[in-house]
Amino acid sequence: MTTTSHEVKPAKQRGQLGQARLLGLVSRVRELGLLIVLLFIVLIVGIQAPRFLSIDNFVQILLSVAILAIVAVGETLVVLTRNVDLSVGSIVGFTAFVTAYFFKELPQSNLLPGILLGCALGLVLGLLNGVIVSFGRVPSIVATLGTLYAYRGLVFIFASNTTSQVNASDVPTSYLALATTQILGIPALIFIAAVIAIIVGYFLHASQSGRQLYAVGSNPEAASMIGIRADWLVFTAFAAAGLLCGLAGVLWGARFATVDATNATGLELQVIAAVVVGGVNIFGGSGTILGAVLGAIVLGTLENALNILNISQFWLQAIYGAAIIGAVVLDAFITRWLQRAILSGRKKA
Amino acid sequence: MKRLTSLLITWEALLVVLLLVSSVIGAILSPYFMTGFNFYALTSNIMEIAIMALPMTLIIIAGEIDLSVASVLGLSSVVLGLLWERGNPMWLAIGVALLVGLVAGCLNGLLVTKLALPSLVVTIGTLALFRGLAYVVLGDQAVSNFPTVFTDFGFSTIPGTELPWSGLIFVILTVIFAVVLHFSRLGRQLYAIGNSKEAARFSGINVGRVKLVLFILSGVIAALAGVIFTARFSSARPDNAVGFELDVVTVVLLGGVNIFGGRGSLLGVVLAIFIIAVLQNVLGLLNISGDIQSLAIGLLLILSVLGPNLARRIQVVIARRRFAVGRSKQL
Repeated sequence: MTTTSHEVKPAKQRGQLGQARLLGLVSRVRELGLLIVLLFIVLIVGIQAPRFLSIDNFVQILLSVAILAIVAVGETLVVLTRNVDLSVGSIVGFTAFVTAYFFKELPQSNLLPGILLGCALGLVLGLLNGVIVSFGRVPSIVATLGTLYAYRGLVFIFASNTTSQVNASDVPTSYLALATTQILGIPALIFIAAVIAIIVGYFLHASQSGRQLYAVGSNPEAASMIGIRADWLVFTAFAAAGLLCGLAGVLWGARFATVDATNATGLELQVIAAVVVGGVNIFGGSGTILGAVLGAIVLGTLENALNILNISQFWLQAIYGAAIIGAVVLDAFITRWLQRAILSGRKKA
Repeated sequence: MKRLTSLLITWEALLVVLLLVSSVIGAILSPYFMTGFNFYALTSNIMEIAIMALPMTLIIIAGEIDLSVASVLGLSSVVLGLLWERGNPMWLAIGVALLVGLVAGCLNGLLVTKLALPSLVVTIGTLALFRGLAYVVLGDQAVSNFPTVFTDFGFSTIPGTELPWSGLIFVILTVIFAVVLHFSRLGRQLYAIGNSKEAARFSGINVGRVKLVLFILSGVIAALAGVIFTARFSSARPDNAVGFELDVVTVVLLGGVNIFGGRGSLLGVVLAIFIIAVLQNVLGLLNISGDIQSLAIGLLLILSVLGPNLARRIQVVIARRRFAVGRSKQL
């Protein structure tokens, strides 16, 4: 750099400030837009089939979304840092199977050891992802595509050495009750998902590491210049995502009761759809937990609507794919539009 | 630059050694490994992946990725089956299936080039979309009453050899792709784009058009793989070849192609194809199920990037130490 570098700097900083404001604006526009889309779906389907609008059905939707939302919260942490975790479906499948098997073998056991076992297994798998990405310098897409299959292979090895399937009748009712019981009048699944979303959302918004996560994602060079250890943050994000997947796996086993080695296959597509539809920028640096949860709810509502309108479930995967593409296309347009709006506003000033 | 090519040569030499070692292990572990029929089984099993790896190599060298290939394969297979079942002639069904691949690749390419979206996200989206459409088209049905001419093409070998017909297609395509990548202007442009998109644009390369061509090529080839797959199993099902994108990407990266673009050779990829084929074959002969085999493939994918990364780091450390020693001697 020559001596002119100090003159260039302020302008560059202003540009980046604009960038940060732009990203913030985009995510706010997105959340509002998502709410409107949600209302729109509810209205249209509600007119077609009034039973869609019952409170009971809304609870059903939230129940079906709860586990997806917990995983989406973890995925958001990873995506914010400009990475992606494709192995979430395999981690959920692994922990669900192991936890269910634990309760099958030890039906007299307390709930807590089983829950801790599932969470710990998820954490370990997440840590492994983090080590490969952060310290092995393997791009997260490659690393987690690899662990998606490697972890699933481990489930099959585990299943071939133990039991091919755990049935609802094999596990104690106390475990199954985890999904059906109510806390403060709210179904436990919904309650747990909401608490996790609020805690992680608050952490992202208010804590230093939370803000650093955004910094790493939106401008890695600048983040490292001000002393943020990006590799540790990315590592922690993967570990946290693994932990949340572990918890989701525990709940998955309780909710679906019958699990085999293939359970939760393909969950990663739903999770990425939820996160991207929720306005979390796949390039990192912008997006909120609220958005990701809203994204999950929109997808869950769509699935429920297909059911109620008697449309074949075969459409579901195509709709998820279309939703991912639609969301990133929309993001691209909103960003361009806002960029132009901000630029023209600046010219006037 | 000289150092870089020498590194590549050693990577390919390493692959040759790996291929020989795994073949020897296979021969020791199973008496069936060295038979002619096993050679046929080994090659015909990998051919769809091998064929799709050719355009994937070009795409990754140009700095992009296409994760939707297995879904395009499934969709074209289903379209082929449906058209045949509805009483259309086979040539028409195959033609439309290839056209489906062209349209699918075109959609990927346009989203990536015209809207400047990351190919990773776009093709994760179309991975779900195309597979979903395959389910929409055929539901949980399967079409399996294909004409014998078609299934013979899938099952039988070229007379007098143990090579499946799909192997001949692979050989022809490999020659074409090798010429394009290593001996044509387009090939040089791909490396330029992969190394620096901006520099490539400034030197007059139409980056958008080149990438669009690549994605269309990938779509058509994936559809061709769909036709071969359908013939080989004599069955068109919406879940045909689910997850094959992993094998395709693994083969390309194991072949020494840099995931960030700009580096790699087709020779390495071809070697990697046969390593994976031998590995799958040996595991199969040892009665290890496909689900557990994917553990090995997944690990291999990670190691194929992790290995060179670590090697480079160690090289840097050694170079630094040498530099430090040299300097202290000067002082």
